[in-house]
Amino acid sequence: MADGGEDAGRAALLAARASYSRLVAYLAAAAGDVAAAEDALSDAFRAALETWPDRGVPDKPEAWLLAAARHRLTDMSRHRAVQAQAAATLRLLTEEAADRAAVAPAFPDERLKLLFICAHPAIDIAARTPLMLQTVLGIDAGRIASAFLVSPAAMGQRLVRAKAKIRDARISFDVPEYHQLPERLDAVLDAIYAAYGTGWDDTAGTDSRRRGLADEAVWLARLAVELLPDAAEAHGLLALMLYCEARRPARRTEAGAYMPLSEQDVQLWRRPMIEEAKRALATAAAQHRLGRFQLEAAIQSQHAMRLTGGDINWASIVALYDALAEMSPTIGALIGRAAALAEERGAAAGLAALEAIDMDRARSYQPYWAVRGALLARLDRTDGADAAYERAIGLTEDRAVRAFLLTKMSTIER
Amino acid sequence: MKYMCLIYGDEANHPQPNTPEMGQLMEGYMAFTKDIREKNVMVAGDPLEPIATATTVRVRGGRTETTDGPFAETKEQLGGYYILDCKDLDEAIAYAARIPTAAFGSIEVRPIMVFD
Repeated sequence: MADGGEDAGRAALLAARASYSRLVAYLAAAAGDVAAAEDALSDAFRAALETWPDRGVPDKPEAWLLAAARHRLTDMSRHRAVQAQAAATLRLLTEEAADRAAVAPAFPDERLKLLFICAHPAIDIAARTPLMLQTVLGIDAGRIASAFLVSPAAMGQRLVRAKAKIRDARISFDVPEYHQLPERLDAVLDAIYAAYGTGWDDTAGTDSRRRGLADEAVWLARLAVELLPDAAEAHGLLALMLYCEARRPARRTEAGAYMPLSEQDVQLWRRPMIEEAKRALATAAAQHRLGRFQLEAAIQSQHAMRLTGGDINWASIVALYDALAEMSPTIGALIGRAAALAEERGAAAGLAALEAIDMDRARSYQPYWAVRGALLARLDRTDGADAAYERAIGLTEDRAVRAFLLTKMSTIER
Repeated sequence: MKYMCLIYGDEANHPQPNTPEMGQLMEGYMAFTKDIREKNVMVAGDPLEPIATATTVRVRGGRTETTDGPFAETKEQLGGYYILDCKDLDEAIAYAARIPTAAFGSIEVRPIMVFD
């Protein structure tokens, strides 16, 4: 029941947009073709915009869009002279008939399948996260390109290639079998975390596009948790990102100066987010399947103790980093471990851990040089500290971080 | 859908004839081939003679040029193939992973184009 006015049409369209990812996922899973599903759905939206204002908004806008998109998909595969498509067409037609018969336009949530497709090992690793952002969140290629610092043309091509591979090589739309799940789930979670990292690196928050990506990564993690409630690491990843997000307001002063974690005003941290992070981590821990994201979240939870006036337990943090270094020795984890060791056992111990890191991995990694500068300064090795800070500054793109490092360097006690 | 599994290995590091390693490899291939035949997955499959026997043919300006071997300076050479009939890429990957050479060489899985 609608008055047929343009506003009503747009309102319904907005509501339907909210279910965009469910619609795309469902259509893509039925057709085995993400690109075709997206095209069909965008045609359906266009048709809705043209007809709803005149004819009125259908009672179930979502079902209307689904039916229209399906129609379009069937047309498209009819035109495609590929035998394999005939089967998909038949499947669609049968399902369409079944749908008309059904009273409720309920359709299964296939978004998990879509997430797994996007993170399939046969998909170019550089295309996985962008593909998720585009298909599951409906973010346009131009915006994704700017977040990943590549040209829109290159990103567009990467996405097109990935979708063509899904269709032409016929990548399975089934949720992976149990024994494949760990590897595939890792890829999904890694991609979500990569999206978060891209958003997080923009500490200044000046680029609203990139800040938005952090929110979207959290959204994807919430979706993963909702769809896979038994996946401990999904909860762990959600907890990790929420702990980090909670500190966002404290990462810069009002004047825009960079605030390191140890100097942040904890009153600016978002408490409800930290509470939610705690709950997510507890849910993960209850599954007794430890993983890197849970360990990283646990490290963040130690820092969050400051909110309740507690001291940071560096020994616990070191122990968590030890486990993390064993399970997932990323360069970030090894540097975090060195910094934590410096707090617990002194700067010399921290420096020793830092120097044990393979230089090939550390050479152009800014945090390595920033931590090295700080530790050498504490050990009164001023020449080495200056050199390390200079290197860190050279590797820093963010103006505020550069200013912070310059101040640190100029205030070394000589 | 049919997938071609191209089997690449380094001929220089390939097990030599009449060694236990070669025997093991052959047994592996026989068992794999038997299994995919029984499951009706196998469409075709053959080993190829070594790369030294290869001849490359090009037609340029109407003239046929034949040269010895492929030119590509790759470490791994095409040593054989299977054509498998699988429901999707995931199934083809699962079979490809069981081809004995996958343990030391590599298998390229390519969907075979279908014309109506």
